[in-house]
Amino acid sequence: MELNGAEIAIRCLQEEGVDFVFGYPGGAVLFIYDALFDQEKIKHILVRHEQAAVHAADGYARSTDKVGVALVTSGPGVTNAVTGIATAYMDSIPMVIISGQVPTGAIGEDAFQEVDTVGITRPCVKHNFLVKDVNQIATTIKKAFYLAKSGRPGPVLVDIPKDVSNKKAIFHYPASISVRSYHPAQHGEVGLIKQAAQLLLDAKRPLVYAGGGVVLSEASRQLIELVHMLGFPITNTLMGLGGFPGTDKQSLGMLGMHGTLEANMAMQNCDVLLAVGARFDDRVVGNVEHFNQEKRKIIHIDIDPSSISKRVKVDVPIVGDVAYVLGDLLAVLHSSKQKNDPQELASWWAKIEEWRSKRCLGYKNSNEVIKPQFVIEKMYEITGGDAFVTSDVGQHQMWAAQHYKFNKPRRWINSGGLGTMGFGLPAAMGVQMAHPDATVACVTGEGSIQMNIQELSTCKQFRLPIKIVALNNRYLGMVRQWQEFFHGNRYSESYMDALPDFVKLAEAYGHIGMRIDKPSDVEPALKEAFARKHDLVFMDFHTDPTENVFPMVPGGKGLSEVILAEDL
Amino acid sequence: MRHIISLLMENEAGALSRVAGLFSARGYNIESLTVAPTEDPTLSRMTIVTNGSDEVIEQINKQLNKLIEVVAVMDLSEGEHLERELMLVKVRAVGEVREEMKRMADIFRGRVIDVSDKTYTIELTGTGSKLDSFLQAIDRNMILETVRTGASGIGRGDRILKL
Repeated sequence: MELNGAEIAIRCLQEEGVDFVFGYPGGAVLFIYDALFDQEKIKHILVRHEQAAVHAADGYARSTDKVGVALVTSGPGVTNAVTGIATAYMDSIPMVIISGQVPTGAIGEDAFQEVDTVGITRPCVKHNFLVKDVNQIATTIKKAFYLAKSGRPGPVLVDIPKDVSNKKAIFHYPASISVRSYHPAQHGEVGLIKQAAQLLLDAKRPLVYAGGGVVLSEASRQLIELVHMLGFPITNTLMGLGGFPGTDKQSLGMLGMHGTLEANMAMQNCDVLLAVGARFDDRVVGNVEHFNQEKRKIIHIDIDPSSISKRVKVDVPIVGDVAYVLGDLLAVLHSSKQKNDPQELASWWAKIEEWRSKRCLGYKNSNEVIKPQFVIEKMYEITGGDAFVTSDVGQHQMWAAQHYKFNKPRRWINSGGLGTMGFGLPAAMGVQMAHPDATVACVTGEGSIQMNIQELSTCKQFRLPIKIVALNNRYLGMVRQWQEFFHGNRYSESYMDALPDFVKLAEAYGHIGMRIDKPSDVEPALKEAFARKHDLVFMDFHTDPTENVFPMVPGGKGLSEVILAEDL
Repeated sequence: MRHIISLLMENEAGALSRVAGLFSARGYNIESLTVAPTEDPTLSRMTIVTNGSDEVIEQINKQLNKLIEVVAVMDLSEGEHLERELMLVKVRAVGEVREEMKRMADIFRGRVIDVSDKTYTIELTGTGSKLDSFLQAIDRNMILETVRTGASGIGRGDRILKL
């Protein structure tokens, strides 16, 4: 049967099992929206800004292991989406973005709402396509989903000119597809895996350092088995939280700029480091020269060869899917009779316990003013540690990462790589769509939430009972913290004057708002809010404006050059 | 160090800009870049001359391989290879210089491919340094125009870059 390009595109999404499309209509996608109108399989979520459409699709993908889908129009629709696409790209999130384009005959003529979409998005997508022939729509969309999900995942954009979406063709969706220039690895090289096993068994001061790749590859089970079997300490990156249970006694918590003392000291002082699905980025390793001052053997498992030996030279590079490689590594370890020297391991753990005993995440609670860490701790208790938590970017993000102990993967949803303020609320919409009965909290600040606050309207339309936990300190807190530490208390433009009344604002959008000023009200407020299973509640916590995030490894410093709260 | 990297990629619109964009986005150098379709019209072959430390070159190779449209990458400078560049030079050729120019072209195994009463256009192939030497050997004031293709490279003997 002949269909037009728009109908073909929608049929392709149906064939891929897409249940939600997050989008915003416009001139160039009118035929696609028309094709959406007559079908029931795909539910379209109308956002209030295209950036939010992409973040919502992103949140959906992060919380499910499925491909998120966003649909935007040409020109400003695409440029608004770019921040969302770049956010997903930096964190390797599988996503397909379909954008409208001006008719093929008008391309290049500076037509109304024309931008060079493929050009603008090229540096922040895994791949992109401009479809000029209606007969190519089905295979292109098939390729887009395949590329987005396989190998190192990432966003893929398909740009469809308006006339192409209205031309007719026979619909045929290929059952499978191959791309001759693209062969992502699965299993790692056997010889290297054996070398890695030997290094691990000979280690005296080992550490496992696990990143977002563990979550993306669904390799939690293998990682837990490996770490428990070897009895090694493990630290997770910001992106890897939940990949290994945060409450497990072998977990040292998060490492990096705001990581725990024990994680960073173990990272600096270990003799064998097993890096799994992580990329040694600047927020994790700090100063590379300082990191390299200590000699250690590094095993690095990653699906992307270009992530290996990019910033830190490694000894055993294993290119492969983390789940497969860990499985193979486990098999080798199981077949070996050798065990780690128990005395060496015990004295390494003793050293770690010394660092741990500093309780670096401790803070002085107060009866006068709400401490932000206290809010997260209480939220953790009240949700039983089992909520999906999205966050924006800044101090609140770090406090959530430090104090909410994630025991399962895909529960912690944040913009780690790009650091996108405005991510939290739309991402929470995607998460709540994917998990309608789950508790979804968005930890945010008064700065970040205003970057996509219009989505409160979307939440009303689709009855999304998200719990917004705003840590309102009247400052762009992380900026203020850096200005305090490194710019001589010169608080240039970091004070948020003329804030709205968030309670009234929430009410104006048809939601419930709560303002919490006193520490004694924190727990009752959280209990009341999280008990409201069917309402969005905006909790405006007025927190201590002077609180800083500790520990802190200042930018450009080494992991052991850390500032602790007690140092000040 | 100078490296000459050869790659095969899909002969599609936009593939070149992905490679060029990669180099500028990640701050890699491009000394020269040549590209044209191969005997298989679905493939283009590109030769990139770049320079950088071993770490940078390793990243360049990995990042090129990561581009979806790149089918195969070979660092020619890792082994025996040949490279050639084509140059067209238009020189002033009047009076006694006219004979001199012809002789210099012969010495460098160049050919005069266009003649006017005041100019010669000389075609010259060779390594980049040979072309440089020619330009140094003739009187600089006589050069009206030069155009160079940048290097094309190929492996020696059994070193073959093919799909």
